[in-house]
Amino acid sequence: MSFRTLFAKELLRFWKVSVQTVAAPVLTALLYLVIFGQVLEGRLQVFEGVRYSSFLVPGLVMMSVLQNAFANSSSSLIQSKITGNIVFILLAPISYLEFFWAYVAASVVRGLAVGAGVLACTTGFVELRLEAPLWAVVFALVGAALLGALGVLAGIVSEKIDQLAAFQNFVILPLTMLSGVFYSIHSLPGFWRGVSHANPFFYMIDGFRYGFFATSDFPPGVSLAIVLLSFLTVAALCLGLLKSGYKLRT
Amino acid sequence: MRALDGVTLAIERGEFFGLLGPNGAGKTTLINVIAGLARADAGTVAVMGTDTLADYRRARRMLGVVPQELVFDPFFTVRETLRIQSGYFGIRDNAAWIDEVMHHLDLSGKADANMRSLSGGMKRRVLIAQALVHKPPVIVLDEPTAGVDVELRQGLWQFVTRLNRDGHTIVLTTHYLEEAELHCSRIAMLKAGRVVALDSTRNLLASVAGSRITVHVMARDGTQHLLQIEGHAALEGELARLRAQGVEIADIELERPDLEQVFLRLTKS
Repeated sequence: MSFRTLFAKELLRFWKVSVQTVAAPVLTALLYLVIFGQVLEGRLQVFEGVRYSSFLVPGLVMMSVLQNAFANSSSSLIQSKITGNIVFILLAPISYLEFFWAYVAASVVRGLAVGAGVLACTTGFVELRLEAPLWAVVFALVGAALLGALGVLAGIVSEKIDQLAAFQNFVILPLTMLSGVFYSIHSLPGFWRGVSHANPFFYMIDGFRYGFFATSDFPPGVSLAIVLLSFLTVAALCLGLLKSGYKLRT
Repeated sequence: MRALDGVTLAIERGEFFGLLGPNGAGKTTLINVIAGLARADAGTVAVMGTDTLADYRRARRMLGVVPQELVFDPFFTVRETLRIQSGYFGIRDNAAWIDEVMHHLDLSGKADANMRSLSGGMKRRVLIAQALVHKPPVIVLDEPTAGVDVELRQGLWQFVTRLNRDGHTIVLTTHYLEEAELHCSRIAMLKAGRVVALDSTRNLLASVAGSRITVHVMARDGTQHLLQIEGHAALEGELARLRAQGVEIADIELERPDLEQVFLRLTKS
């Protein structure tokens, strides 16, 4: 019951400002599609027989899923900490496991809602096929959970909005933009290709894209294992911090 | 810095207990330790016999805390806030009790108003309602009347007194010593993290000198003087002496001992 309430509260929180939390990121993704799709369409072909805009859409969908999953848990936590209303959760008989999963689950829902919005808005303009939909669903779920957990981590550790903004701008944004959303890493020089392999976001984007075209830069099974391992690592870190009350209980 | 130092307290069931002390004495830290918001380096806390760390879920269900800070979630209405708080405590259908609490705190008219739109006093009422949604047997009120108007203060005390009569244990911190004197049956005074007094309100009041009598006298040359007499015993003798000297008594003031005197004596020493 405590988990369900915290989860429902987190859903209600972002839903009440859905213009800002859902509609705005969908519009941003569509702008990326319009600009990059128009400029690079016909000049770039990444996968055999796949138009550039068709290649771009799954990347934009997954980028939106990841960024919004992170934004949900991190912004909710930092706002609650700054305004002090986190005390209502800390005073309640909510375990650290319930706390973690409620924030992560709500982040997954927001990430998927924005991703679904981007997909729905682009299907009218871009030809898409779903060759292996289960892979797409699994990568979207696990990717959103990983970013939701990263958001929990950033929300716990940050004490001020600008600390969280630094995490978002200097870690999350570059990792997302340099993950192969707009290109295949095979088009990169050897050094940068190697760097891309160290970026866990690459595996999420690449695995998600596999669900659409049944072709990818990296085997999807290995990508999924890497993403799952990343999630487990971040989750273990979050649970450890929550259990100790780090920066939540004095 | 040591916020609390060797504090040992036992608050009985059904008591109306006051926790007093100057700013920085450790009152809120002690409440935070009881509520699990702060962790003590050593020692244990039990609420209704339940250890607050070993069985924190049970202990927190038995505790309702009204925080000192005026905190609220700006996304929700009053009713949503109270429903959510009920859910945190595992209570699904709590509408009847929520309505009753809102009625007693005069919040019914604001049930569907967003928290942001409420005045400071109204937000304070919601904080109190949030602490009561799960009907906790122990209610901790940390400065509940700070910045609150007279009307709410009276309504609040009526409600809290009723809860205490119904068997709820009340733990109160306040800077309004007359409130503590009026409502608390027992009081602990903290200073620099230590308990410097722990006794019934009556005994604490009795521990200071008795009534102080101030006599305003008019001398033969027309000048006014004040004469302070400690306790009733010396009064008759002093008055006789004044009459013998032909001094005119202009006024007599009686000042009974109050908690403020006790507080000042214990915290200033």
